[in-house]
Amino acid sequence: MSKAMRLRGFLRKEILQIRRDPSSIILALVMPVVLLFLFGYGVSLDAKQVPVALVLEDHGPEARELAARFVLSRYFEPVGAMSMAEATAWLDQRRVDGIVQVQTDFAARLQRGEAVPVQVVVNGTDANRAALIQAYVGGILTQWSAQRLARGLPASLPAVSVEQRIWFNDANDSTAFLVPGLVALVMTLIGVLLTALVIAREWERGTMEAILSTPLSVGEIMVGKLLPYFLLGMMGLALSVGLGRLVFHVPFRGSYLVLLLLSTLFLLASLGFGLFISAGTRVQFVAAQISIIAGFLPAFFLSGLLFDLESTPRAIQIVSHIVPARYFVSASHTVFLAGDVWPVLGWDALALGIMSLVLIRLARSRLGKRLEG
Amino acid sequence: MNPADPILAIQDLHKSFAGKAKAPVAALRGVSFAVQPREVVGLVGPDGAGKTTLMRLAAGLLVPDQGSATVLGLDSVRDTLLIQGRVSYMPQKFGLYQDLTCQENLDLYADLQSVELAARPARYTRLLEMTGLAPFSDRLAGHLSGGMKQKLGLACALVKSPELLLLDEPTVGVDPVSRRELWRIVGEMVASEGLGVLAATAYLDEAEKCQRVVVLHEGLKLAEGEPAMFREQVRGHSFAVVPTSGTRPRSIQARLVGQPGVVDATIRGGRVRVVTEGASPQVMEGTFPAGMAAEIRPVEPTFEDAFMKLQADTQDATAARTAPSPAASHSPLPASDSVVHTRGLVKRFGSFTAVSDIGFDVHQGEIFGLLGPNGAGKSTTFRMLCGLSKATAGEVRVAGRDLRRTGSYARQRLGYMAQQFSLYGQLSVTENLRFFGRAYGLSGKRLRTRIEWALAEFELAAHRDDSAGLLPGGYKQRLAMAASLLHEPDILFLDEPTSGVDPLARRDFWRRINAFAESGVTVVVTTHFMEEAEYCDRMLIMSQGRELATGTPQEIRDLARTAVHPDPTIEDAFIALAEGTAKPSAPEAKP
Amino acid sequence: MHAFLSSLARIRTLILKEFLTLLKDPKTRFLVIGPPIVQFFVFGYAATFDLDRVRYAVVDECRSPESRELLSRFAGSPTFRLVGELDSNQAVEDLIDRQGARLVLHVPPTFSRDLLAGRPTQLQVILDGRNSNVAGIALGYVNAIVAQYNAERATGIVAAPSLQAVGRAWFNENLRSRWFIVSALGGEITAVVVLLLTGLSVSREREFGTFDQLLVAPFSPPEILIGKAVPPLVFGMMDGLLLSTAAVLWYGVPFRGSILALLTVLALFMVSVVGVGLFISSLSSTMQQSLLGTFIFLMPAIILSGFTTPIENMPGWLQIATYANPLRYVVGACREIFLHGATLPMVRPLLWPMVVIAGTALSAAGWLFRHRME
Repeated sequence: MSKAMRLRGFLRKEILQIRRDPSSIILALVMPVVLLFLFGYGVSLDAKQVPVALVLEDHGPEARELAARFVLSRYFEPVGAMSMAEATAWLDQRRVDGIVQVQTDFAARLQRGEAVPVQVVVNGTDANRAALIQAYVGGILTQWSAQRLARGLPASLPAVSVEQRIWFNDANDSTAFLVPGLVALVMTLIGVLLTALVIAREWERGTMEAILSTPLSVGEIMVGKLLPYFLLGMMGLALSVGLGRLVFHVPFRGSYLVLLLLSTLFLLASLGFGLFISAGTRVQFVAAQISIIAGFLPAFFLSGLLFDLESTPRAIQIVSHIVPARYFVSASHTVFLAGDVWPVLGWDALALGIMSLVLIRLARSRLGKRLEG
Repeated sequence: MNPADPILAIQDLHKSFAGKAKAPVAALRGVSFAVQPREVVGLVGPDGAGKTTLMRLAAGLLVPDQGSATVLGLDSVRDTLLIQGRVSYMPQKFGLYQDLTCQENLDLYADLQSVELAARPARYTRLLEMTGLAPFSDRLAGHLSGGMKQKLGLACALVKSPELLLLDEPTVGVDPVSRRELWRIVGEMVASEGLGVLAATAYLDEAEKCQRVVVLHEGLKLAEGEPAMFREQVRGHSFAVVPTSGTRPRSIQARLVGQPGVVDATIRGGRVRVVTEGASPQVMEGTFPAGMAAEIRPVEPTFEDAFMKLQADTQDATAARTAPSPAASHSPLPASDSVVHTRGLVKRFGSFTAVSDIGFDVHQGEIFGLLGPNGAGKSTTFRMLCGLSKATAGEVRVAGRDLRRTGSYARQRLGYMAQQFSLYGQLSVTENLRFFGRAYGLSGKRLRTRIEWALAEFELAAHRDDSAGLLPGGYKQRLAMAASLLHEPDILFLDEPTSGVDPLARRDFWRRINAFAESGVTVVVTTHFMEEAEYCDRMLIMSQGRELATGTPQEIRDLARTAVHPDPTIEDAFIALAEGTAKPSAPEAKP
Repeated sequence: MHAFLSSLARIRTLILKEFLTLLKDPKTRFLVIGPPIVQFFVFGYAATFDLDRVRYAVVDECRSPESRELLSRFAGSPTFRLVGELDSNQAVEDLIDRQGARLVLHVPPTFSRDLLAGRPTQLQVILDGRNSNVAGIALGYVNAIVAQYNAERATGIVAAPSLQAVGRAWFNENLRSRWFIVSALGGEITAVVVLLLTGLSVSREREFGTFDQLLVAPFSPPEILIGKAVPPLVFGMMDGLLLSTAAVLWYGVPFRGSILALLTVLALFMVSVVGVGLFISSLSSTMQQSLLGTFIFLMPAIILSGFTTPIENMPGWLQIATYANPLRYVVGACREIFLHGATLPMVRPLLWPMVVIAGTALSAAGWLFRHRME
């Protein structure tokens, strides 16, 4: 009875504080939206309308037809160059990102049925983009040849062509990949950064001393702190999922219940970590630093959210195993894009479950009811 | 637990803290005493005596190294939660949530202390009425004035009826009206609910209100007893020197301070109150010209007198307090009547008027006080004088200029000491002094000699390489003052310089200020300690942004002189002014 | 003249004090050293779009020498790692679902027959699209291997004519995305450090009350501005140069441009970041606010700088917004200098926007010193 009353009072206080503290609102509700829009619009790995220089040394109808393909493609924005020299100058000045050169003997070779090379030069600075441009050019060439063949015109088609089928994300749209991962980032912000900040603030302002001198037990303080930020984290989740579905049209193939379960485990781990940090430092400035370095950065870089973990050096892969976000990002990708695939989700859930238990226990032992520490 | 048992029994308590890279610092070194039910025990002592550590040990927030604290028959370490359900503790940084309203703070602590819902309305009504907070129950705690915050903190500690109330310096930084109210509330609660109270305080007049007083000094118990017992010990040592008309009491007081055989000399009610080493006024002979004093008469001793004597006895080695070396000669200020001149000063924050139509003049060599309760607009006025804040309307001139418009040169002649300690905590004492010296254009040999002067004058030499942030409270305040005086300013602005400073340090502080004023420095000071107003030549009393009165201490006291109150103090006058029972018209300052 | 000299002396005092407080505080000492090191390795190793050891499985329904020949090219590539051979489509689905492999290569039963008859044939690739980027890049690798195979067959005995794209990449011949990331590290990481240092410098003094002391002392706002700006600037330059050197020595990124250009770019960038930091700091009254402000500025600034993903991929309106982002210029300029061998005149178009940003932010910060006090 009195236990319930204590807890209720503590919870009500936390909720009132969150409502009145602009920084909580900003971190919990504004940041997710900002992040989602930034990633939704700002981070795109899909090259579109790439400016390329077209150097047509053959002015025959075949070459012009091929050029028209580039003009029509949504991937390219071709500019005709008079000569290879002009095109290279443009590439040097960064006016174009690539050059497509159709040589003088293009039509002749095509007629003779010989192998016809088309020169492609790309700016390799951004390797990822460069590889994509090369692949797009190859795609246009193959398509054009196939259609000529179909019309019975002389054309050359590679002996073996690649037929691609990308599962779960047919258009291979990077937004569908980024948004599910972003949920992990949003919950890390709320679970680790915000939680660490608010508790450190209680120490700084001296209210913690007053709270500790009341009959509230450590367990009650933990629950009182965890529950409101848990709810806030869940609101962040709902916001991100809702925006992702409605604004960015990200598919959702699994079940919401499963997402809820995994988010719960992940959020508990994050909250435990946030509590642990603030129980250890008691100073907002340090708590923020540690949350960013040990919470936010790993959730961004060592989780597979943007960069592929499997391709990183072995040492980094090993470190990534202790990052809770890694398991959640994997689970979130699966639930959003593939569905409830238990062989994947089961392991992720297990890992997250163990981590949340360990982190919450650590935080609890660190918090204690004494001022020493 | 037997009803006759003490509710708090402190047994041979030891506690030390790991110092940074140094040997552990012993905060308590074997203290024992007890608090009985219905008893109010005061815990007094200068900064660093171990008061807060003792409070925290009693509240179960710290574990003693040795000894025990038994609360209500329970051990503070083993039965912490049980104790915390029956005891209320009000920490120094009261545990109020600034972003919750008064009512919400009360609700929170009522929930945490499991106060029954049915009992709450009556309890709230009573507490809000006692604290005078009823009209503000929907205001955020962060928007209350300092005194109101403390009262709310106390109300929160009293939402349940605790068996023991632990108060850690509940009145720090609180104006006299609020302080009186706070103690009245405690007294009423003891009378009606029979709780026991242990209150740490740095205000010696508050100790007088306790049934018993425990004096701590550097982690040891120096003395214990009823205030009357302390007073009896110094009976015959206390005297009042009544100055002849036309003599400033400050002139007599300045000559008495630091004289061998004189333990304490303060100004109270226009007289100099002296505590002597021996039970005779003889030591005063020859310290000041006979023409200055109309009469020397014995007076009733106070606890404060006894405390000062106790401190003097334990610190025999305390260097004879030398009068400060007068500052170097001051170049005369521009020919202007007043050094600080304001007319029709107004400051508005949105729709709230913080300062309304304030005007006064301060002349060279004068100590001018801005007095008023918390939230009266003193600090706002002060910030406008220093050019830190722009006046909404009105005129401010310091040394003939507007500080917001003039360049560096005019500001070079000012000294400024902020309300809180505001030097660089990470830098050492000398590094801070060097920075502020250079900032005001000192360099080379002159800078070095001034730093040496400051280290010697403010007894900081032993701490010269310590980080300023780790200095004990009194030293921080000295360093802040040293930094503001390094460049020998003509005008000194001091904002609440003695807030939160223990009585010994406050005496030191005023002794120095007097000496500087004597040497021609103009001083503008804000304070909420009414007895400090006695040191001012003239003062302006503010309340709610308005001027209540301006004048010399004598003139201010005269305002409250009535048949019932033939001999009021400044504090009495202030309360009378605040309550509107004083004669309304303020005497205009005579040049 | 005298006024000028005493002003210089005051600025010098302020700078000395700033250095002392920064170096004496263990937290800020850590801030200058800790995060840059962590970020240097994390960005360098984890922030890469290159794929390595891509797990794949095969379904070979043809089982002919031709199909084995093609598949052996994947097995022999360091980019790919074979995790199994499957025999049914059900198995493929299962494997991809549980992330057992990134992609599955499926050789149809008619593969060698069509190939030998000179008819076009296909290699089917099934990819896990959960990570769209990995799928896209892996597909590119598959295409490259198949193209190579086609080319070799074309020049070989059985000539099937083909139209082929012959690719070449400039500036980063092996198309390594680590160069792309690491060359801009110096600018990016120092932005974080400098912003945190300056972001806190004014608000910390506000919180501890020392800022009033500075304003009451004979310092003028421009003097305070310079005094506050120089130490982070020095730390930023040190960090920036150190990280740029480390990028060359540790990650083997080429340095093809001029050192003068790099110094100029970094210096101007630092000034603009210090300006932004001081602006945020002057705007906030507590350290918490300035931390939050710094964070809110940094997140979009890094994402919209082109540091990890190209600005060209963003929608037009967002590309316009990036012009106000100082990080955009330093990231671009660093890459120009490191990889394209740019010299000072070549990076000039990237310099003046930073000057404009610095000027605006610094004057706003100076104005706020006195006006944000109410």
